[in-house]
Order: sequence, then C-alpha cells, then structure tokens
Amino acid sequence: MDKFTLLNGLVMPMDRANVDTDAIIPKQFLKSIKRSGFGPNAFDEWRYLDHGEPGMDNSKRAINHEFVLNQPRYQGAQILLARENFGCGSSREHAPWALEDCGFRVIIAPSFADIFFNNCFKNGLLPIRLDATQVDNLFKAVEAHAGYRLVIDLEKQTISAPDGTVYLFEVDAFRKHCLLNGLDDIGLTLQHVDEIAAFETRHLAAQPWL
Amino acid sequence: MSAQTLYDKLWNSHLVRQDDDGTALIYIDRQLVHEVTSPQAFEGLRLAKRKPWRIASMLAVPDHNVPTTNRAAGIADPVSRIQVETLDANCAEFGITEFKMGDIRQGVVHVIGPEQGATLPGMTVVCGDSHTSTHGAFAALAHGIGTSEVEHVMATQCLVAKKSKAMEIRIDGALGLGVSAKDIALAVIGQIGTAGGTGYAIEFTGSTVRALSMEGRMTLCNMAIEAGARAGMIAADDTTFAYLKGRPFAPQGAMWDKAVAEWRNLHSDEGAVFDATVVLDAASIRPHVTWGTSPEMVVTIDGCVPDPATLSPEQREGAERALIYMGLKANTPISEISIDKVFIGSCTNGRIEDMRAAAAVAKGKKIAANVTLAMVVPGSGLVKAQAEQEGLDKIFIEAGFEWRDPGCSMCLAMNDDKLAAGERCASTSNRNFEGRQGQGGRTHLVSPEMAAAAAIAGHFVDVSKL
Repeated sequence: MDKFTLLNGLVMPMDRANVDTDAIIPKQFLKSIKRSGFGPNAFDEWRYLDHGEPGMDNSKRAINHEFVLNQPRYQGAQILLARENFGCGSSREHAPWALEDCGFRVIIAPSFADIFFNNCFKNGLLPIRLDATQVDNLFKAVEAHAGYRLVIDLEKQTISAPDGTVYLFEVDAFRKHCLLNGLDDIGLTLQHVDEIAAFETRHLAAQPWL
Repeated sequence: MSAQTLYDKLWNSHLVRQDDDGTALIYIDRQLVHEVTSPQAFEGLRLAKRKPWRIASMLAVPDHNVPTTNRAAGIADPVSRIQVETLDANCAEFGITEFKMGDIRQGVVHVIGPEQGATLPGMTVVCGDSHTSTHGAFAALAHGIGTSEVEHVMATQCLVAKKSKAMEIRIDGALGLGVSAKDIALAVIGQIGTAGGTGYAIEFTGSTVRALSMEGRMTLCNMAIEAGARAGMIAADDTTFAYLKGRPFAPQGAMWDKAVAEWRNLHSDEGAVFDATVVLDAASIRPHVTWGTSPEMVVTIDGCVPDPATLSPEQREGAERALIYMGLKANTPISEISIDKVFIGSCTNGRIEDMRAAAAVAKGKKIAANVTLAMVVPGSGLVKAQAEQEGLDKIFIEAGFEWRDPGCSMCLAMNDDKLAAGERCASTSNRNFEGRQGQGGRTHLVSPEMAAAAAIAGHFVDVSKL
C-alpha cells in the first residue's frame, strides 16, 4: 500500500447524498478477478451515455459531458468532495479500488457508510468526515473557484484551504499510523500470532462444536 | 458483572486483544466465501506465500454469477464463468469446502449458511458481502467485510475492528394480516433512514420479533445494513434451536445439549443499556412499497408517491432525482403503479417460508397480461427441492411464473437476469439503487406476498385485502 502523508490536490465536487457502491462501480465490472483497472469504469452509468460492459474500449464510448468527472476543470482531481452517507450499499472493495484507480486519494464528506469507510483505509484512500456546514462551505468554494485545491496533512490532521481557513479532522490513531507508513494490516496482526493461537485453543476447547 | 447487551457478550467472547485506543482483534469463527469478493484475497495470500489459518472455518459457494436457467449448458458469459472457475480452483488448491454450481446444496451464501447449520449462535460470522448481517438472526455477530479483510481473516482468523455502539429496535404486538418481516424492515428504514444505523450494531427485540420464524428473523437482520448498521442480531431462543437441530454442520447428541445450554445465555441482560433505542408498534405496520432509489424512500401500500415540494430541503433534491429515474409523478397512489416484471428471491426473501407466502397468494390465479416476466428464484437447491415437494413449483408455473435455479439472480443482475431500461419491477430483494437490477431498471422493494399480488394484479395491491 502507498504511504499517505501530505497531499496538495485538486478538488472535485459530487453534489448528491447517498452515493452508493453500485453507482461507484456497477456490478458488471465486479467480475474481474484483479484489483486494478476499475478506474475507467468508476461511475460508469453516470459518466457515459451508453451502457458499459467489461472489455469495451471506453475511448470510443459516448461521454456524458455534464457529469463532473468529465468536466475539464476537474481533470486530475485527487480529492473528492461528497455528501451524506457516501459509499452506502454493498461491501465491494471494488468501489475504493475504482476511486483509487481514478486518482483519488482523499474523500471528504459529512458521513460515510461503515464498510466503505473501512475499505478505504485498506487501499491508501483517506476518508475524512467534516461537519455538514464545513462541507457546504467547501462546495461553495469549489464552485466559485476554478482550479480549487486543498492541502491535506495527515500527520497534523488538517485541511488547508486557499483562503487560509484550516479545518481539523479526526482520524483513528491506528489507521493513521498504517496510512502514514503504508503498512499492511496482515503483517501487523501476525505480530500477535501467539496471542491469537492461545485464544483459539481456549475458545475451541470451551466450544468444541465450533 | 454489570448487565450486558447481546452485542457486548458476542464482542467480549471473541476479543483476542485490544489496544488502548480501542482497536481490537476479534476472532472469527466462520468465514463464508463467494466468487465475487474472494479472488483478489486468494491472490493476495498466494503472493505473500500465506495459507488460510483455519480451513475448517470456511465455507464457499458461487452465487452472484450463476445462471438460473439451463445450468447443464454452463455459464455463457465468459467473464462470469472465469470468476466461478477461479473460486472452484482456489477452493481446490486450499482444500476449502465448496458447494459447486451442480450441488443441490448450492445457493445464495446467506441462505445456505443457516440452512447447513454452518451459522450457529454465539459465532462471529463474516463474508465479503454486506448482507452478512442476515446471520445475526441466530444471535451471532455477523457482518460484511471488504476483500482486504477477507484476506486478513483468511490469513489470521481475526478481524481488526473497533466496537460499534449498540442500538435496540424494539417491536411489540401482533402483525396485521398480510404484513411480514420485510414490512417491518422497510418500516424501520423508513423511520430511521438508510444512515440511521451507521456506527451501530442493531439488536431487534420485542414480542413481534420473538414471534417471528427464523426465516422472518433472517429477513429482518438482512436489511439491517440498509439501515446503515453493519450488524443486526436477535437473541437465541427455542425457535433458533428448533431450526438448527439436526442440520449438517450443527453439533449433535450430547454436544448439542451442551451447546444449547451455552446458547441460552445469548440475549441482552435485564437492564442492559443501549446507546440508542427505537420503538415500533407492530399493529401500525402496513405492507410497504418503495417508490424511489434508496430503501428509505418508502411508503405503505395505501400511500402515494410523495411530492418533493413537501419534503425537507435536504431530501427534496434526492427525491426529485429519484422520481425522474423512476418515471413517477408526485402524488400518484402506489396502487396505481403498473409493473412489468416480478422478482421473488434473494438473500432477503428466498427461503422456503417466502416461497410459501408467495405461492399462497398466487394459487389458482394467473399473472396479469402486462407482466412480461415473473420469476421465482429459490435461495438454494434445498429450498427448491423442499418447495417442489410441497407442490409450490406447480402453483407458480400454473400461475405463469418462471421457476428458476438458485442464486442471487436479479437482486443485483450480475448474471443474465436483469431489467431493461425503463422496466418496472416488484422485487423482494433489498436494494432499489439506480441500475441495481439492470441499467435504467426501476425497482420497487416489497415482501413476497406483495410481489406475488402485484404479479397477479399487474400493479401494486394491498395483499391484506385480497
């Protein structure tokens, strides 16, 4: 997993609540047995005008120019600004894989669905919760200024806006540590292999039907 | 010791270690595996030269991609076929028990786990699928995980987690005629919203819940995730034990008695404190129908499509967008909405009791002329066999329904079962998101009774008045 420390990135707004994982990556693309390559089909039903299927040449498809992802001013965006309950629905990790493959490293929203929120951290994506008023202010600022960028400092847990406003955000200490260092969860857990084995022995002895 | 919730008990009994900041390692008793969210996990194991920690804890089944007709011909879509073949190959390589497509025990992962007794009270159960909350009906701590976590559980038998808050949803009283567990679930989501349970583990309590069958309890816990809660659960009781006794993976003989004695403790203690409590009166719950593109966009059968102008500013824009997508006008009575297709099945409503409920409505009737396809997809090969033994297949076929082979099917349309753009479907599944049942498809979530009644009438009708 890539380390995450400091990001100075262009912001793309997605002004709708309850963006679900079916919308982030439609199910026909979940048939892949790989982790990569989902980016061109992120938000497939919204970014193209035709119906997408795996294996299509996306460069030949009809583009929905109204959709934010296709607007020239947001090309190269690394920060996705979103509304309530982002990532609800299925547990598919293909959703963060697709966002990451699109180039996003940070998602800012008032709230996230729990499973999606967890999945982001496993893939070097930082989901940040801000309160609804702060998110609203950011939407207005992005709308008003082409090329609007934010600086995300994970170590300091700050978001710095061009007008000098600094937003503080919360992040779980363990997840922060893993992101800052690009650590693999499994390797970390296996440091406790003796504890797990001892627990398992007790647990299975007490409930031998397990 | 102070009074504990069921969630406290399940959490504490699986806690391997906990850091000062609350980050914990939770031991996992059962991991269910399907073809969509596992290939990258197996690949990760191989790349890191790791092996599954406890193979006996795993049970695999292909369900999302499998066809529901003409199975002998195999899977036509090459991409789907590769995914199912990859699961077969991974299970063979690591020695994991798998119910393959031709096995009568094959079915939707959340139907077969309980059906086999592979889900037991007191267990922690995970699967790379958000509807894993279903298994909480057995007083288990069960929730969906992402593929990285699937790999993590395979490699370590543990999950890195933080304890959620606990929410009690208490429902008391007798359900009215034609009202099912699905309507309770939709009523709950209508009340607390799709993010109302975010950050919580929900326990469903009350006399209504106690009176539900295991099938009904599974339907209710299944939809906990649609209320935002990763886990839903219900205390164990005699209904739980009666369902499990004699199932292949359940303990037998003296071990069974010992297990039941242990399981009797799996309930929230008198005086246990929840972080939030929601109360519903069963008598006030009516058959529900969703009108929009989120499960919280729901009204009762006697209601109308809402007028966005009357909603709060936060809800208005979403509602307007939903009405355009759904091709509906504000204030249309729900009973005047005509449908094109009907889907009865899924991990929400694909069990024997659901088949019986739908068949009871369809018996001796014919589907309406405007319904181009009404399909019944049993949740497993064993549900299918049981239904056929009871003659339910004949009832459906005579009424004009198609009787299919088991799988996820048109709940998420990863196989060939899908809606065409603009088609409107009465569906017993769990999500009415845009494009869920096929791009441009319009989904209305209902109970099996309501779906069957809509198939017969050609539009939504109040099943309690039939």
